[in-house]
Amino acid sequence: MAAGAASGGSARADTYKDARGWLLLPSWAVLGIFVLGPVCMMLVYSFLTKEFRGGVIWEFSLAAYDQFFFDRGLFGDEPPAIEWTYITIFWRSIWQAGAATLLSLLIGFPTAYFIATRPENARPMWVFLITIPYWVNLLIRTVSMKFLLRDQGPLNDFLIGTGLIDSPIHIVNTNFAVQLGLFYSYLPFMVLPVYAAVERYNFSLSEAAADLYASKWTTLRRIVLPAVKPGVVAGCILVFVPSMGSFLAPDLLGGAKNFMIGSLIEEQFKGNAGNWPFGAAASMVLLTMVLIILMFSARQQAKADKAGG
Amino acid sequence: MAHVNNDIKTYTGFRAITLLCLVVLYAPLVIVTIYSFNASQSITNWEGISLRWYADVFTGPESGKFKTAAFNSFTIAIIAATASTAIATLAATAMVRGGTFKLRTVSFGLISLPLMVPEIVTAVATLIFFNAIGFTRGYMTILVAHIAFCIPFAYLPISARMQGIEDSFEQAAMDLYATRRQAFTRILMPLMAPGIISGFLLAFIVSLDDFIITNFVKGAGVETLPTAIFGSVKQGIKPNIMAISTMLLSVSVVMVTISYFVSKSDNTK
Repeated sequence: MAAGAASGGSARADTYKDARGWLLLPSWAVLGIFVLGPVCMMLVYSFLTKEFRGGVIWEFSLAAYDQFFFDRGLFGDEPPAIEWTYITIFWRSIWQAGAATLLSLLIGFPTAYFIATRPENARPMWVFLITIPYWVNLLIRTVSMKFLLRDQGPLNDFLIGTGLIDSPIHIVNTNFAVQLGLFYSYLPFMVLPVYAAVERYNFSLSEAAADLYASKWTTLRRIVLPAVKPGVVAGCILVFVPSMGSFLAPDLLGGAKNFMIGSLIEEQFKGNAGNWPFGAAASMVLLTMVLIILMFSARQQAKADKAGG
Repeated sequence: MAHVNNDIKTYTGFRAITLLCLVVLYAPLVIVTIYSFNASQSITNWEGISLRWYADVFTGPESGKFKTAAFNSFTIAIIAATASTAIATLAATAMVRGGTFKLRTVSFGLISLPLMVPEIVTAVATLIFFNAIGFTRGYMTILVAHIAFCIPFAYLPISARMQGIEDSFEQAAMDLYATRRQAFTRILMPLMAPGIISGFLLAFIVSLDDFIITNFVKGAGVETLPTAIFGSVKQGIKPNIMAISTMLLSVSVVMVTISYFVSKSDNTK
């Protein structure tokens, strides 16, 4: 998505060549000072010493990372063992985000494929229908999901009313509810890049496969899927990355037991924990993982572009 | 030929999954909208249609809080969208019409930074930043943070639009002795209008909807609609929250629809 906007159109010119410095200055200044600068400062904070009741003491310390990865016993004097508490939270975030991504792929891929095979003038309308919910406030969507899934909520009422179940299914405050919430939050992110890839796909390849007696599902698996893989990878990343750091779905749908890394970070700054360096370190761990995934995908994309000519 | 082709393309079940997808996307929103008109005191029982919870939002015991929050939300969204659209328009002009230059990739990376860094990380970093420079958190900190993270949302439709405009119009104007500034304001800007409007609307919605970053950089006592809603929801979903959610939801849907038809009307021109 982002890379497409960067690559030039046919009409690129250099009318504003000598003015581009000051044209770019405002964006450089605002983003440099208020996004890049703060992220660098967060890195610095993760190596400082915590002050009780929030804030930091300007003294270099590895305590935050040590606390994240190692357990040194109740009094902090035992030899370091691996600290499972935070690794478990981190792992749960990966697992929850992964499950949400898989669910989005299962629903999103057929949807994207279906839309891309509609008549050309009908496609924008379908895409528009898929994007509208994304623009509705994430908080409101999460609250709506919670309202729908409650024990006495409309979903359970409906299922009991139709006689499918006798007593309400408990969904809220389970891992599954969080997965559903994340899936619901980021599903449009899966559909859009896959749609873009399938739309570019040359269907004469499918015809050729059919001429050579490949079944339709074999064609889908062996011909279509490899051809649209960059779109699928992009979709998976666009769902996985925000899911990993999400705070609202685990907080509202998951309850206290289903903590994810977003909630852990939040608690260090807004909650009672009040350990800023530790919160900064946890944010750095999350950011590092996200950057690795983005670099990996950029490389995949570059490889695919090269292969595509 | 076309028929055979179509047959190879279609897969049984994909239509059903697409419909399921739409049901999943819309059901929670539709249900909350329906229940916001519930006459009942509790959110569980349906007791007929009524506007009482909408009235409650404007006149009830919490109405003062909601009005202030709505004022903050809308003024911040208007200022942040205006500022980020202006900044994004200038940046897009440099990126699309500025030829190739060394820092182009770096610039693009910087502009898309808010999209790549997880929102909670941006939120924490901004909080740390304002704290380190000793800036009192409040309305201004929210505004500044919103201007920054709205830039890529305004930038993407604006630069996409500009790439679609041949620069021959500007060249022609300049051949006829228009200055570059005149070519920019009289030729490029009017042609850019649909991109700029849609960039502004998207930035506006993104600002209006933001919860996570606002939650971190807001000062005590300063609320926007999402943080006010979150505060209420933590004590349980109440009917007045569903009414206010429905109103906010409608604003977003109307904005996105306008944005869609603005860009669409332009394609047919």
